[in-house]
Amino acid sequence: MTGIHLLPVEASSLAGRVDAVFLAVFLITGLVALAIFALVVFFALRYRQGSPADRSNPPANNRVLEIGWVVTPLFIFLGLFVWAASRYADIYRPPADAMPVFVVAKQWMWKLEHPNGRREIDELHVPVGRPVRLVMTSQDVIHSFFVPAFRIKQDVVPGRYTSLWFTATRAGEYHLFCAEYCGSQHAAMGGRIVAMEPAAFARWLAQGSPAVGMAARGLELFRRYGCSGCHARESSVHAPKLEGLLGRPVHLADGRSLVADEAYVRDSVLLPRKDVVAGFEPIMPSFAGQISEEDLMAIIEYIRSTGGPS
Amino acid sequence: MERNYLTAGYSLKSWLTTRDHKRIALLYLAAITAFFFIGGAAAALIRLELATAPGDLVSADTYNRLFTAHGVIMVWLFLIPSIPSGLGNFLMPLMIGARDLAFPRLNLLSWYIYVAGGIMILTALFLGGVDTGWTFYTPYSTLFSNSHVVLTLLGVFVVGFSSILTGLNFIVTVHTMRAPGLTWFRLPLFVWANYATSLILVLATPVLAMTLLLVGIERIFQVGIFDPALGGDPLLFQHLFWFYSHPAVYIMVLPAMGVASEIIPCFARKRVFGYRFMAYAILGIAVIGFLVWGHHMFVSGQAMYASLAFSLLSFLVAIPSAIKVFNWTATLYKGSITFPAPMLYALGFVGLFTIGGLTGLYLASLALDVHLTDTYFVVAHFHYIMVGGSVMAYLGAVHFWWPKISGRLYPETWGRVAAVVIFFGFNLTFFPQYLLGAQGMPRRYHAYPPEFTLLNVLSSAGAALLAVGYLLPLAYLAWSVFRGQRATGNPWRATGLEWQTPSPPPPDNFAEPPVVTREPYDYSPTGEEIRQ
Amino acid sequence: MNGQVSPQFSSLGQQNAAATLGMWVFLATELMFFGPLFFGDWYGRLHFPLEFAAASRHTDMVLGTANTAILLTSSFAMANAVEALAAGRRTTARAMLVATAVLGVAFLAVKGLEWRHDWQGHLFPGRGSFLANGGQLFFLLYFALTGLHAVHLAIGIVLVLAFALAMRHDTSALAEPGRLRVAGLYWHFVDVVWIFLYPILYLVGRAAG
Repeated sequence: MTGIHLLPVEASSLAGRVDAVFLAVFLITGLVALAIFALVVFFALRYRQGSPADRSNPPANNRVLEIGWVVTPLFIFLGLFVWAASRYADIYRPPADAMPVFVVAKQWMWKLEHPNGRREIDELHVPVGRPVRLVMTSQDVIHSFFVPAFRIKQDVVPGRYTSLWFTATRAGEYHLFCAEYCGSQHAAMGGRIVAMEPAAFARWLAQGSPAVGMAARGLELFRRYGCSGCHARESSVHAPKLEGLLGRPVHLADGRSLVADEAYVRDSVLLPRKDVVAGFEPIMPSFAGQISEEDLMAIIEYIRSTGGPS
Repeated sequence: MERNYLTAGYSLKSWLTTRDHKRIALLYLAAITAFFFIGGAAAALIRLELATAPGDLVSADTYNRLFTAHGVIMVWLFLIPSIPSGLGNFLMPLMIGARDLAFPRLNLLSWYIYVAGGIMILTALFLGGVDTGWTFYTPYSTLFSNSHVVLTLLGVFVVGFSSILTGLNFIVTVHTMRAPGLTWFRLPLFVWANYATSLILVLATPVLAMTLLLVGIERIFQVGIFDPALGGDPLLFQHLFWFYSHPAVYIMVLPAMGVASEIIPCFARKRVFGYRFMAYAILGIAVIGFLVWGHHMFVSGQAMYASLAFSLLSFLVAIPSAIKVFNWTATLYKGSITFPAPMLYALGFVGLFTIGGLTGLYLASLALDVHLTDTYFVVAHFHYIMVGGSVMAYLGAVHFWWPKISGRLYPETWGRVAAVVIFFGFNLTFFPQYLLGAQGMPRRYHAYPPEFTLLNVLSSAGAALLAVGYLLPLAYLAWSVFRGQRATGNPWRATGLEWQTPSPPPPDNFAEPPVVTREPYDYSPTGEEIRQ
Repeated sequence: MNGQVSPQFSSLGQQNAAATLGMWVFLATELMFFGPLFFGDWYGRLHFPLEFAAASRHTDMVLGTANTAILLTSSFAMANAVEALAAGRRTTARAMLVATAVLGVAFLAVKGLEWRHDWQGHLFPGRGSFLANGGQLFFLLYFALTGLHAVHLAIGIVLVLAFALAMRHDTSALAEPGRLRVAGLYWHFVDVVWIFLYPILYLVGRAAG
């Protein structure tokens, strides 16, 4: 890359729409700044001491003018707020068919896993034209997943899932940065996003993938951790059945209801008393400290593989 | 020669046990200047490291300690006390026609507390430093950092009490000790600004103190407050930290606005435009400033609806700031303007604050913030506010009131040269950082991809120029103390009460208690003499 | 010394106004100092509702209620002391101050007893705790809030005793009614903080069922 660009290349479906807001804000603020500087310079020259300018009746205030410059910015700001907020909401509303990728961050490395079990470190291969959704957590401190070319960034927080989605629109390699200070090698905790044509991506994905996908590994873990003892269809224990859970509405014992997502499953495993399903006793033990983030993600992927809306 | 506050005593003891707000102000200014150059030295090393893409000058760990030291020292030991505790201490009683602050002993105590906290922070620095960033984000600061976190936290905690005591003193003084006739709407805007700042100091600082205490408790006793592995919540820390630290931005910039509002009318020979709106805007900023902390957390994982509310409020807090810029500009209209050094600093302040404020709109816009937050765009934004804004105003204030403080005039040519060098040096240092941030360079990076090199080199070159600009006043102001021309009581023909007493002022400020009969900023561009 | 005006003030009235306002500002600061703990409590109830409710049912309702009564009575005594001194009845004022201090000490004694029970019941955060994660956070806040409150109360007791001792001589600056009024503000503040702590720590969780 040579020369100075205001913004990096636009390589995701969101980038262009975010840049439109950027451009609008750039024009508005640029115009206001220029107007103010021009006025300051003009007044400074015209009313310098000893100049012949007219100084009769200098105003000490002007209600109409003052109310004007309160109300005008107010309306401009409200417009900008609504526009930028709706683009922001887009970043947090992934399409239903987005392909999940699981991300575990640690000092100072990004570990990623595709549903078919292929793992990557500090590199993420994605197909062009297909929405990808990242389900992310951290093993230690807060990190932040930042891809400037996609105009997306999301903190990756230990103890919870955060997510992010994008659709790459142009093949190429892009920077991946950690944007939240995380200790000694923070600056080195980067990598690249490789956006590939779908066919090339399919080939890449097939190469070197392990025999078992995440879901199959998840099923094995589901049995090994004893989840199936209560949650399997044939179990005699009165526990919620998990087939097709993801994306389904769930009614809770305290009257709330929510749509089951990855974060909900995670919380139910680690903090089982937080969201108890209506009609069940809170008898599940917590698995906090006994299960790794990667294993938990595999179990979630297994649950997803059992069907359901998403 | 008449006895003044400087000649009231020459022994070290007469300084270290003084209860005169003017002497305490000088104690503050000395300490603040020292910390400014220590923090500046850290900045110089940072810019030197970033002049090349790979991390080749210092190690990553050293770099992390440098930017943490720079942040901690500049925020808590320079910016926050600079104008309020330093210049405000000197000027507030003079401006309201009082003999001293309401609680002089408390005032001296607050300086000792400040110095004690400062020494703790420096000790932590010399023992090997701290590498958490000035934001102390958990759980990094509580369980992962292997540096002197607790000592630094304790230092900041202690310094906080000095801020609280100063704020308390100002609030009580402004309420109870104004000269006869000096109604609220005759107060100089500098007093309004420091009053509003004091409200924030008193109400926000204790929140920081308790938050840092909790970080210390988690770090020492390993109990879960902020670390999820122990059952805590890291976002809780961010909420508490920014509840203080966003208003703290206004602690740093409101007094600067007060300074500009004194200097610009004086050298435009004109009443400040829209005085009442200016006063209301100051209070508006102080109040709304308490409600926008969540705009530091748009990508943190906080609830989307919280982000929406914080974004809207952040746009709203920009309005009173905009009012102030418009009003300063309008003050120039039909004035009779001269351009000595303080005016250059004040106009520079208006320009740089405008850029800093306008770029804040990008960060208030949710979708743009996602891209820009935690990049150099944010670094540039807050340096435009705090260095371009607060430090420019601080230097403008030091020059403007130098005759009053020292009884001597500073060399005008040198003053103007320094102001121009600083203005250009500043822009060269920080404007490229906006571009770096927009292109995606994250902050707090010890090394960076090579395509960011050109802009970083420009920024580092600007920093060198800026360093020269900051050293100049140190030299010629020191010179002027001994060789400068003696100042009259009111060399700028200004209207404030502080100019109605000799320079330097007598120990108890006024020979006779002043009575105020005129409106504030009673300037006339057509040349009627202001009483000398 | 009684009623002497410091040089920075022009009258005793101004000095008293400054002292009173100073105390109010100080109390505002104090309130904000407790703020993060209150915020933490609210945040915790939002994120760990069941754990917080369960943990708060382990607090000692009887001792907590007894302490509320003790502290309210002490505030009554303090108010009486201020009124008595303003009316010139110095002996009554001193007796009331001693009563205030005794009630304050009684509060701390009960509180100490309660902490001992909590400790023996493993109701504390950190290793060896009997509580789940959210519950540990609740008890951390419980100890922080009641501990900070106890520190303030202890300072108040020393302050009240200092006044009671100094008032034996009427030359003392502390025998000035304005000063005792300011000290009274502090005592009532410590009381009011408890009035907020009591429902948060002892009642809300129980009401939630």
